[in-house]
Amino acid sequence: MKKKEVPQDDSKLEKANIKDMVYAVDENGEYTTELSTGWEPKTIALDNAIKVIEERVTEAKKRVLNNETSPIEYYMELHKMDLPILASYVGLWKWRVKRHFKPSVFRKLSLRTLKKYADVFEISIDDLKQLKG
Amino acid sequence: MQIDFIHKQTAHCENGVVSNLMRHNGFEVSEPMVFGIGSGLLFSYLPFLKVNYAPVFTYRVMPGLVFNRFAKRVGIKVKREKFNSPKKARASLDENLANNNPVGLQVGVYNLVYFPDEYRFHFNAHNMVVYGKEGDNYLISDPVMESVTTLTVKQLEKVRFAKGAFAPKGHMYYPISFPQELDLKRAIVKGIKQTCRDMTAPVPIVGVKAMRWVAKSIRKWPKKLGAKKANHYLGQIVRMQEEIGTGGGGFRYIYAAFLQEASKELNNVRLSELSREMTEIGDSWRDFALDASRIYKNRSSESDGYNKIADQLNELANREEFFFKNLKNAI
Repeated sequence: MKKKEVPQDDSKLEKANIKDMVYAVDENGEYTTELSTGWEPKTIALDNAIKVIEERVTEAKKRVLNNETSPIEYYMELHKMDLPILASYVGLWKWRVKRHFKPSVFRKLSLRTLKKYADVFEISIDDLKQLKG
Repeated sequence: MQIDFIHKQTAHCENGVVSNLMRHNGFEVSEPMVFGIGSGLLFSYLPFLKVNYAPVFTYRVMPGLVFNRFAKRVGIKVKREKFNSPKKARASLDENLANNNPVGLQVGVYNLVYFPDEYRFHFNAHNMVVYGKEGDNYLISDPVMESVTTLTVKQLEKVRFAKGAFAPKGHMYYPISFPQELDLKRAIVKGIKQTCRDMTAPVPIVGVKAMRWVAKSIRKWPKKLGAKKANHYLGQIVRMQEEIGTGGGGFRYIYAAFLQEASKELNNVRLSELSREMTEIGDSWRDFALDASRIYKNRSSESDGYNKIADQLNELANREEFFFKNLKNAI
């Protein structure tokens, strides 16, 4: 890529005042670096990835309200986590966390266990128990 | 307390931490040099490992490997420490800062407050340098940022003790001993040889063989996974190839810059020619990303589009195979 061809498209990075460093060649064929505000193909890729997460969050919320899963799964999705990541944060086995997704099991959880989840999600135990529709 | 530390932005965080720490200790080594000597370039496909609900594609070696190989090849010693207790981790960091020693830290990105929300994923192999402390704030030199920044004691503790895959566990590292003079020549040859070996390895998950495997899989995705998932997977390839830190073209441009520098260092004209060729290969990777993005932009599931980019990927595999065979003969 030539230095003057380094794309300067809109991106989320731009708004946070971060620029991506790219390697490119100058007129004499010598390598140099150039800052880029963004490139459309990767902006679309990132937007799509975020959309997938948003869909997962909406879906999880629906399932909580339908009493098909516990708020833990909703907050897990909200924090872009998956089961192994959440299990690692609360320090429990994956199968235990998965079990806590069951509304009937969730209702009987001890305050101590609830606090573990609430701390990871940085919310109060009350907020964890009651998902506002 | 502030150590006199020069921050210089680089494309990739690990190369940047190494290059910046080397400069601090009196050795000027560029980012491409660190990357090339550390044999950072790769292609790997790990279909059984999922991140963000898509398989892992990587254009570089595992985190930490670049520094370790670089250190070994130029003859410096690196001290690495991990901690179980955040308190001990902080005490050890403070002690180093008090001794005027800036250190590299491995951190998680999810709670890195100066990154935009959209970029904060559970990725635990980011690297930064801490070069001082003022009151409750640590002074941070993050190589992917244009200028230095700060994190509070609490904020830093959170990213140092992020959980999940590659959990940093407070991982702190810094060079402790240096040779009188860096023998770059020998190190460059070693670095190049390893990359040639890795890229042409007879293993399905690395190098050109992995590219061919991905190409073969791409053709099957629209039928096997449906348009939505297939496009999500394609997006993952493009992100791994072009997102912050790759220098563009899945690290191929950084590698081309390394070959150009190596050509001067070794007085080898052939490497300069190969650098130009690597630049063209990088351009083709950019075309591949552009064409892949057209598919998921239009949300089309026409297998034509998928077949076309699979062809492009196969072509890239052929060119890189030929390239690394030539590169091996050139040194």
